[in-house]
Amino acid sequence: MLELFWLVPVIPFIGFLILTLTFGKLPQVYAGIIGAGSIGLSFLFALLAGSSFLAADITAYSQTLWTWISVGDLEVGFTFYLDGVSLVMMYVITGVGFLIHIYATGYMSGDPSFSRFFAYMNLFVSAMLILVLADNLVLLFMGWEGVGLCSYLLIGFWYTDPNNGYCARKAFVMTRVGDAFMAIGLFALFISTGTLNIQEAMFNAEAEWVVGSGIATAVTLLLLGGAVGKSAQLPLQTWLPDAMAGPTPISALIHAATMVTAGVYLISRTHVLYLLAPDVQYLVGVIGMITLLMAGFTALTQNDIKKVLAYSTVSQIGYMFLALGVGAWGSAIFHLMTHAFFKALLFLTAGSIILAMHHEQDIFKMGGLRKDLPWSHWLFLIGTVALVALPFTSGFWSKEEILASALEHHEGGYLLWLGGVAGAFMTALYSFRLYFLVFYGKKTHDGHEVMGWHLQGPLVVLAILALIGGYIHIPVEAVFPEVAEHHPSLFYQAIMIGLPMLGIYIAWLIFIKGKLDLNKLAGQGFGAKLHRFWYTQWGMDWLYDKVIVSPYVWLAEFNKSDVIDSFYNGSARVVRFCHDIMSETQTGQLRWYAISVAYGLLVLVTIGVLL
Amino acid sequence: MSSLITVHILSWMIALPFIGMVALAFVHDRRWVLLTTLATTLINVGLALYLWMSFDLVENGLQFVERMEWMPTFGIQYAVGVDGISLLLVLLTTFLPPLCVLGSWDSITTRLKAFMMLILLVEGAMLVVFTALDAFLFFMMWEVTMVPMYFMIVLWGGPNRVAAGLKYVLYSLTGSLLLLIGILGLSLQAGTFDIQSMAEHSYSQNSEFWIFLALFLGFAIKLPMLPFHTWLPDAHSEAPTAGSVLLAGVLLKMGGYGLIRFCLPIFPEMAHSFAPVVLWLSVTAILYGGYMALAQTDLKRLVAYSSVSHMGFVTLGIFSFNNEGVEGAILQMVTHGLTTGAMFLIVGQLYDRTHSREIADYGGLQQRMPRFVAILSLFAVASFGLPTTSNFIGEFLILVGVSYENFVFVALAMGGIVLGAAYMLWMLQRVAFGQPRTEAASKLTDLNVREMLTVTPLAFAVVAIGVYPGPLLKAMDSSVTFVVERLAGF
Repeated sequence: MLELFWLVPVIPFIGFLILTLTFGKLPQVYAGIIGAGSIGLSFLFALLAGSSFLAADITAYSQTLWTWISVGDLEVGFTFYLDGVSLVMMYVITGVGFLIHIYATGYMSGDPSFSRFFAYMNLFVSAMLILVLADNLVLLFMGWEGVGLCSYLLIGFWYTDPNNGYCARKAFVMTRVGDAFMAIGLFALFISTGTLNIQEAMFNAEAEWVVGSGIATAVTLLLLGGAVGKSAQLPLQTWLPDAMAGPTPISALIHAATMVTAGVYLISRTHVLYLLAPDVQYLVGVIGMITLLMAGFTALTQNDIKKVLAYSTVSQIGYMFLALGVGAWGSAIFHLMTHAFFKALLFLTAGSIILAMHHEQDIFKMGGLRKDLPWSHWLFLIGTVALVALPFTSGFWSKEEILASALEHHEGGYLLWLGGVAGAFMTALYSFRLYFLVFYGKKTHDGHEVMGWHLQGPLVVLAILALIGGYIHIPVEAVFPEVAEHHPSLFYQAIMIGLPMLGIYIAWLIFIKGKLDLNKLAGQGFGAKLHRFWYTQWGMDWLYDKVIVSPYVWLAEFNKSDVIDSFYNGSARVVRFCHDIMSETQTGQLRWYAISVAYGLLVLVTIGVLL
Repeated sequence: MSSLITVHILSWMIALPFIGMVALAFVHDRRWVLLTTLATTLINVGLALYLWMSFDLVENGLQFVERMEWMPTFGIQYAVGVDGISLLLVLLTTFLPPLCVLGSWDSITTRLKAFMMLILLVEGAMLVVFTALDAFLFFMMWEVTMVPMYFMIVLWGGPNRVAAGLKYVLYSLTGSLLLLIGILGLSLQAGTFDIQSMAEHSYSQNSEFWIFLALFLGFAIKLPMLPFHTWLPDAHSEAPTAGSVLLAGVLLKMGGYGLIRFCLPIFPEMAHSFAPVVLWLSVTAILYGGYMALAQTDLKRLVAYSSVSHMGFVTLGIFSFNNEGVEGAILQMVTHGLTTGAMFLIVGQLYDRTHSREIADYGGLQQRMPRFVAILSLFAVASFGLPTTSNFIGEFLILVGVSYENFVFVALAMGGIVLGAAYMLWMLQRVAFGQPRTEAASKLTDLNVREMLTVTPLAFAVVAIGVYPGPLLKAMDSSVTFVVERLAGF
């Protein structure tokens, strides 16, 4: 079955073609069947190919469809590459993607652009699969840009509201800033290793580069630029919360489970390069740590249910970056997978809540919903405990691995570990704040659970995965350098388990018992300033607007009529001016001409005499 | 096909548009005028495809060569032939005119026959420019292309057409004059008008500089390179749809073609010493064009400034003097012809409906015109070089080529690509999404079959080249290698 694995990205693409070329004329039932069915079929082929890959007991398998670009020394194939890491990614994308597609057939039913929605979704899945299956960086870049485009199209899906369009553009342009860095890194890598094939480039780099050399640092930093853009890490994180303007299944699929983790995938895919640049690798960890803390603080102050989840995504990806920074490559991928389970669950359940509340997203207008929405309540609780990483949930296993690796990392790991556990505390605090505010307290609005097999079915599967997904073994040992088993001492383990519990307890004290008047605290003086600072994600949006966007727009407006053109127009004006003066002298009066001739002669004679 | 045609295939391709012009003189019915022109241009597409199929990929020299004495006293010949570089541009030149005819179907209401004749005249003259082996022939037809374009602008153009036409002619004539000086200088020194022999002659140090400069400026104005670009936005925005398509699609490419055909192989050493200036001007053009495009409120001006940016890539690639760069530049010329041609056709389709080019007059078109928006989006993303479109391949190869030379240019050019996304998506937002801002914009009808036929071949070509550029790259590979090898070692 392994030979057929090129079908995995191709089938969703065919789905996209069918849905696009029918221009929305297809009845919704068929559009839904094609849209979700293509992903299901793709998942089936992924399973078949994956099982024969694992059975074959090989480390990697590659398949060339055709030569894409071949000029001079440059040879780029349309080649797919399957190893342990891309296998896991392929399963997550098609598996979780399939569940989300099924959910979306229910969530989006009745939308006039139903078919367009699934067309974009299918295109996204196809591009994402190309990204993770690419054997060279150009093909990877193609998938990378493709998912960015789909993200753009889907954030702005409800196009009649110009604000959605703004959010979509912001997402695309900001990630493209990162992409530009990544592309430059790609050229640098090609110049220095002579190839764009990922495995060959890593092999050549290992042979030729000196550890910590300039080229290693430059290339890894540039690739990191692409990764932080796509994965919404500091300093390019401000687009992700705005991306929540898209329909909720999009937030679950693109802006939580798959696309935003592409940066993590990129760095782990090129991990050999990062090992050659230890400083940059450590920087990855530091970026992850700062991002996870910043996003945690910001999540604590948001009122929009989707925004809280968005910042929580930024924060969880921060954990993955932290893992990459301490060389726990496998743990990063592991957390990527468990995060896909529980965050997709949380987003989709949030979608159900939003449906039940008639598109209300403000958590302060919810409250007391656990009786009205029993399904959503339990599902959301499962997602939340996995996010908080209570023992034996999927999030617990992956997060514990990351923190343990950080603790044992030789230099500077301790700092990252401290940030990580502080973040774990924050996670518990904001997650249960969200949970308590939505499901407990005074009931202000009525909600009615919207039921249907396509809505609850996928959620139940995701809930099971969120609970027990931590027991799945991911086959990445052959890809990454071997890591020793970590067994932190009981003291540290107690802290790692205890802090989230403490967070939940404090959340309970504040939001259920009302021990602390938050409005008073956040309403005045220093508290208000701090609240504002956190709420605006440390003022970065404001800063970008003032430092980059406004001056640029001003400059563009200022020079709208092209200053260079005024030079040419100016020369035309000078000619015309001379022409006017000369034509003034053509009066047609004989005495004027006579006197001119006389004066002219006088001048000429004078010059002749003087010289 | 009979051997009479296949032996003289280039001459037939060149003659066909002129035959079509003569035929048009005897046709009077509006429909038949359009059909005759369409048939003529389509037959030429067929001939061009045949030319491509029978083109020998391995041989680097000229193929399908035809020579005839023309003015023996001056050593001037009618000599045509194609190598891989010409071949691609010949394909482009034949591909666009039928779409121009389709695009003008309803929108040209006055003097239709004359307009169709001018389209054919441009096609015929352009085919000679791209196949001429004789510098005099090249120059003569270079001049001929200017005339129909001028009339298209001043007779069928927008409200400001006379000024725009004048500006176009003044710029073009300045360029032509320099080109004439350059070509005369070449032939006086080399004693021949044969382009290949010119390349084999060695020139004195002093004349080399001046001849190169004259030729270079002549080509740079046509391309146009910064700072000679200001005729382009005016000419584009005032020209009728077909005029803009031909202007952006093929006429600008004469500049790039000239650089590759004359400046590089004849004066490899001068090319090297000019390269730093040209490369800097190129990245400036990429950034400046993108920066100017963002501020435009007129759709056609926006596309025109994006052209300035894209042409910056062309010169960037040409002056990196390696296979990747030069092949990328040629591909970029083809691809720019396709996407920008398509953009002008699309804007023309909107203009036909509302008679407005102002971005502010649209909005929310997705609702009434889903097919239109789908096509517009495709070309918008192609324009900023999204992978799977042909633009990506061109820009990617150019950047690989220039990265061998200097990394600073790569970094700066990437900035231009980010700008490209910004202005194109903003345009898309204001035209296609949100709410309709005018009464007229809320009542538009979607593209009809003819309009879809006008743009879908371009859409297909852009994606096909983006996914499988192999045949085009292979076709020019040996010819480009030939040019690049001449440049090596300086």
